[in-house]
Amino acid sequence: MRDYISKRGREIPPSGIRKFFDLALTMEEVISLGVGEPDFSTPWNICEASIYSIEQGGTSYTSNRGLQTLREALSRYLRDHYHLTYHPDEEMIITTGVSEGLDIAIRAVVDPGDEVLVAEPCYVSYSPCVTLAGGVPVPVPCLRKDRFRLNPDILMERITGKSKALIINFPNNPTGAVMRKEDLQAVADIVCDHDLVLISDEVYAELTYDGSHVASATVGDLAARTITLNGFSKAYAMTGWRIGYLCAPREICDAALKIHQYVMLCAPVMGQVAALEGIRRGEDEKNRMVSEYRVRRNLFIESLNRIGLPCHLPEGAFYAFPSVEKTGLSDYEFAEQLLKEEHVAVVPGSVFGQGGAGHLRCAYAVSRKDLNEAVRRMEAFIQRLK
Amino acid sequence: MDEKDLLLLQLLEENSRLTTREMAVMAEIAPDEIEARIAALESAGVIRSYSAVIDWERAGNGEVSAIIELKVNPERDYGYDRIAERIARFRQVRSLRLITGTYDLQLTVTGKNMQEVARFVSEYIAPMDRIRETATHIIMKSYKEHGRTFCEKEGSERIPYSL
Ligand SMILES: Cc1ncc(COP(=O)(O)O)c(C=O)c1O
Repeated sequence: MRDYISKRGREIPPSGIRKFFDLALTMEEVISLGVGEPDFSTPWNICEASIYSIEQGGTSYTSNRGLQTLREALSRYLRDHYHLTYHPDEEMIITTGVSEGLDIAIRAVVDPGDEVLVAEPCYVSYSPCVTLAGGVPVPVPCLRKDRFRLNPDILMERITGKSKALIINFPNNPTGAVMRKEDLQAVADIVCDHDLVLISDEVYAELTYDGSHVASATVGDLAARTITLNGFSKAYAMTGWRIGYLCAPREICDAALKIHQYVMLCAPVMGQVAALEGIRRGEDEKNRMVSEYRVRRNLFIESLNRIGLPCHLPEGAFYAFPSVEKTGLSDYEFAEQLLKEEHVAVVPGSVFGQGGAGHLRCAYAVSRKDLNEAVRRMEAFIQRLK
Repeated sequence: MDEKDLLLLQLLEENSRLTTREMAVMAEIAPDEIEARIAALESAGVIRSYSAVIDWERAGNGEVSAIIELKVNPERDYGYDRIAERIARFRQVRSLRLITGTYDLQLTVTGKNMQEVARFVSEYIAPMDRIRETATHIIMKSYKEHGRTFCEKEGSERIPYSL
């Protein structure tokens, strides 16, 4: 029998934490700081809206772009919150999570052989999606010394004649880093000078704690060449509903829409109805969760530094990214032993690409009680290392 | 009262056993200032007391509670205040509110058993001057108190890792 697996299917790497996952499932009383999703259930008014809609028979396809009412509400929301101007009928698509948005954004602009710069450490799907589109991912490391912001000098070093696009994600998973306006301005100049497309994953925009989120497309001349991705998973605690959105200048949006139409048809209507309730009447609940994350962040970062895991204060998202260098263990060793000995699950930073080694991603989207218990166990573990 | 005060109130309402140091870290305020703010909130009567939310049904002390609604003839110059203050003095009365709608006052009463609650209402509350009518509703089960649900579990198990 021949090998049926496609070259690309073979080329993309398996999950970097399969081993950990299987191990954790065999254990009792694991406290997981390994999850990239809120611990809150979706606010109940959002669930009610969707349940009601199902009772009314709202179970069909929507238009490819997604519900008109949702796009209109989002267009106003983006204008009021982030000074973004996207036309709901021409420059926006409701996607099946940011995950799909990323895929169709990349496929809309990448040809085989194109290089796509990926600011790392980052969410694990970026490079594989580039590979699947026939592109060549080129990592651009963001370093601790730069507070994990994208350094324009390092970006410049990685640009070649084949560079087509740059993917960034701020506030960042896994580092919690945030780019301020002046940081983005420097990147904007480079992106424009080299005629690149910017794919900006802003799924954690609402989870910005110090100051307010600056949307990439509002900086310099980026609007004309930026694909903005966002969604409901994180800020509204709606991971299971699978709703995101892609916003881009019309030509790019048209191309992405064709791909979306063929591979997805439309995002699930139940999720779209829920998202509409979220955008219309979810603000208070969202703010309540954000304020709780901020309190947990303060508690957790203080504790990490106290027990000997140096960590900068993340300005967004819900991840801490402490360094394990001082312990003498690699991030993999630390994460594995911590799981085996203390039943605390964290993710080794290397999983997220260049710049991640020597760090752990700890999600603090868990109850304060669990967070305190996790810290207690981590401290016991570190004490034994000494 | 500013945003930081509001945050402190929320934190305390949720868990009044937090230490000053913990609150200082959580709220990004110096410990001295935390103490000063809380003292001010206490003396202004914003913070009334510190207590625990208890599921008495689970504690199994066998007590029963009832919601009692009253129609009351208000008093010249005092409205409902004086009669409300008298009712509030009974230890059995756990909460008392002036409400809109068909009835005027609404109270919750606890007692050792149904008979005791009924006796309390008929012997002490109903005969008071100015009370025109009472309606007693025995509480059969509590699903949520003070913003806390008593359900076993919220939400479902999350998978241990997701990137
Ligand atoms: C940076 C980033 N982008 C995208 C996603 C996927 O989000 P969605 O649930 O909208 O597909 C995640 C989820 O962890 C993420 O961290």
